[in-house]
Amino acid sequence: MAEVRKLKYDEADLRILTVEDLDALEIGAGILGTGGGGNPYQGKLLALQAMKEGYEMKILATDRIEGDALCMSIGGIGAPVVGVERLREGREGLRCLRAMEELIQAPIDAMVCEEIGGANAINPLVTAALGGLPMLDCDGMGRAFPEMQMTTFSIYGHSSTPSVMCDLHGNAVIFSHAVSEVWHERMARACVVAQGGGAMLATAPMQAHYVHQYGIPKSYTKAIALGEAVIRARKAQQDPIAAVCALEGGRRVFNGKISDLKRHLRGGFAVGDIELTGFDDCAGQTAGVSIQNEFLIFRRNGQVEVTVPDLIVLLDVDTGYPITTEMLRYGQRVAVVAIPCHDLLRSARALDVVGPAAFGYPEITFSPLPAFAQKAA
Amino acid sequence: MYRVGIDVGGTNTDAVVLEGKSVLAGVKASTTEDVTSGVLEALEKVIAASGIDRKKIAAVMIGTTHFTNAVIERRHMDEVAAIRLGLPSGAGLPPMVDWPDDLRDIVGNHGYQVKGGYEFDGRVLSPLDEDAIVRIAGDIRTKGLKAAAVTCVFSGINDAMELRTKEILQQQCPGLPVVMSKDIGRHGLLARESAAIMNASLLSLADRTVAAFGEALAAAGITCPFYITQNDGTLMAADVVRSFPVLTFASGPTNSMRGAAFLTGIKDAVVVDVGGTTSDVGSLSHGFPRQASTTVDIGGVRTNFRMPDVFSIGLGGGSLVVKTVSGVTVGPKSVGYRVRTDAICFGGTTLTATDIAVASNKADVGDRALVENLDHELVAAAMLKIDQMLEACVERSRISSTPVPVIAVGGGSILLPDRIGDLEVIRPENFAVANAVGAAIAQISGETDRVFSLIDGRTRESALAEAEAEAREKAIAAGAQAETLEVIEREDMPLAYLPGNATRIHVKVVGEMGAHHG
Repeated sequence: MAEVRKLKYDEADLRILTVEDLDALEIGAGILGTGGGGNPYQGKLLALQAMKEGYEMKILATDRIEGDALCMSIGGIGAPVVGVERLREGREGLRCLRAMEELIQAPIDAMVCEEIGGANAINPLVTAALGGLPMLDCDGMGRAFPEMQMTTFSIYGHSSTPSVMCDLHGNAVIFSHAVSEVWHERMARACVVAQGGGAMLATAPMQAHYVHQYGIPKSYTKAIALGEAVIRARKAQQDPIAAVCALEGGRRVFNGKISDLKRHLRGGFAVGDIELTGFDDCAGQTAGVSIQNEFLIFRRNGQVEVTVPDLIVLLDVDTGYPITTEMLRYGQRVAVVAIPCHDLLRSARALDVVGPAAFGYPEITFSPLPAFAQKAA
Repeated sequence: MYRVGIDVGGTNTDAVVLEGKSVLAGVKASTTEDVTSGVLEALEKVIAASGIDRKKIAAVMIGTTHFTNAVIERRHMDEVAAIRLGLPSGAGLPPMVDWPDDLRDIVGNHGYQVKGGYEFDGRVLSPLDEDAIVRIAGDIRTKGLKAAAVTCVFSGINDAMELRTKEILQQQCPGLPVVMSKDIGRHGLLARESAAIMNASLLSLADRTVAAFGEALAAAGITCPFYITQNDGTLMAADVVRSFPVLTFASGPTNSMRGAAFLTGIKDAVVVDVGGTTSDVGSLSHGFPRQASTTVDIGGVRTNFRMPDVFSIGLGGGSLVVKTVSGVTVGPKSVGYRVRTDAICFGGTTLTATDIAVASNKADVGDRALVENLDHELVAAAMLKIDQMLEACVERSRISSTPVPVIAVGGGSILLPDRIGDLEVIRPENFAVANAVGAAIAQISGETDRVFSLIDGRTRESALAEAEAEAREKAIAAGAQAETLEVIEREDMPLAYLPGNATRIHVKVVGEMGAHHG
């Protein structure tokens, strides 16, 4: 690349993340993962290693960068359960970044997160740090979703190809063109199996003005604040779940014990149903949560109350820590928290891709959660 | 025939004699630095108290927190080689990357990463770099490392590279103990690797400790086999512990909860084990401790052992009671095992939780006259505080709103009120030696937890059957009677985001111990 790279932002606007920020981000990203998105722990370890080696993780607001700056999103793709055994090499993302710059013959100015929920909140941070780039404070989901076409960037018209996919072996695969986002997802999914079930994928760069318009805003700031709220509440021996609700305009919709748990596999995705038996203020009620990697539908006494794309979060009743679908077990005591999703996910266009019908529930109509007023202190 | 259970804790060594379902005697002795003399003293005391013929002891079961304490206190750990087979995978996260610095230093921080490993479907990730293993062996000799831990990516699917690495290391370094991760832990590389490394660093302590147990038994003239309890409340032959000390890490709380279930005949309850410094609270479900769902820290290291979901608070019989401007505090500081000399009711000068219990007529230990002059308001306030602390942690451990009893065990359980919230408190006879009872009644288990590729005609059902057969085989090899084996855990988790061709299966079976049961 050119030796002189003109910065398209003011370095004074960067927020440099600390170790404490990463701890909070791990928890916040877990909460926004709505049960899926993979465990951010390994990404956090890589980030800590990078920090130790002197790399900086820098966050930049989307309105503090020039509109024509080139921004590239990146994320991990593959099976989380493989990822905990076959660890990443660590520089897959950086190889994606360099391969993309080579492909488009232009330098990338900033990095973008596809999915703030789960492991993909931290993966691109590590790439950005190694590449010396800032991370824009936004993402393409505001939560976790199972498939690539489910980002607001794709939904509102950005074509994610050409893309670059790098595995730990050093293989780099370029998808030069996909006729649709779904085709891209399908081909990438087939490729990741050949690569051993895990890889990093960088999608076609976007201009910063597009990211500013269609990204879910302030994702990193929000996720870190969520994690901080949980940590602070626990230290002060206050209710961490109330703290989560207060921050995100969410509501604790159920307190229950897992009284039945069914999980199986369909088309490569973990699907299942949880049955909850209420306690405390929910004593005498039952509830159900349907899973497809993430928690998608919440029913009370058989009636649908909350649906995707609004966020359904299961938290440990005592600690406030998020519970992922892999951690579910019989007898667990959980609080179900419903959080309204961003308006960008509620348009007709978005609901075609991330509404209940897109997950195989054509009979369920999405009825948006109201933003819950914060409780008076 | 009789069973003897012994619990070797940090402070006390307890022993019980069981005949069938009845506890003939239970005693306490002090744990000693050499282990042997404390165990011998407890053994002699319990044999005398029960009046049994020592020739008729069929088996001795020992539970010990010795190895957990070694890690927590950073003592008795050797420097070892931590070898990972899997490059280029994991290059950015070397062995022990998430350990506390002091512990990593104690085991020497000798991490090695070489090419090797498998993919989830059994393909080779990288061919094993045998030359690198030979070079590492040279390093081990030069540095004089005591043992090696070998962890291969997806060794649960194929253990050939771990086996080959062990073979090369032992050719190059005759007599070197080599721990293979496939024998220790479950799916999840970092946690399994950490467990294997801790295990390797505890091998010589394990050797000495098991030898000390053996010497104590021999000195007492007991010739029957002896077993050691592991995390899940089941037994290992003593010689197995020489190779796998980490498998005893959570046996303390497990034994006390299983002992509580046995002593009361209650299978669903909250168990509160009050010691000198802390109280452990956990839930019994169907007679077994409820397992924690998340990773468990041992001395600051993440492991993925299945461990009881136990919550500890700093409240015990020796907890200091201090009057402050804002009220009364109880614990977490404690006089610990010195309660019998330092507490006011025993003639000491330190106000402890035990004094409060005696002064409020809850307990009758020491000399009540010594605490009669305590400020009544202070006593009432401290008692209220103790009740509140206990109620909060019992509430936390409760599985459901169904009222279950609270079983109080441990020497400090005299602190417990007769009711906690809406729950009744039960104090079994022999409550002070529940750990030793839990050891005495332990069963034998076998476990499989790995990823199965559903290829070449293998279905989910046949893979489950295969896993169960493996688990049964392991249990029988460990000494279980085949006809008593039953499956207590069976779960499979499909690998998400991949076509339906691989699933992770966990099966555990338990059964009665072989020929020697009474």
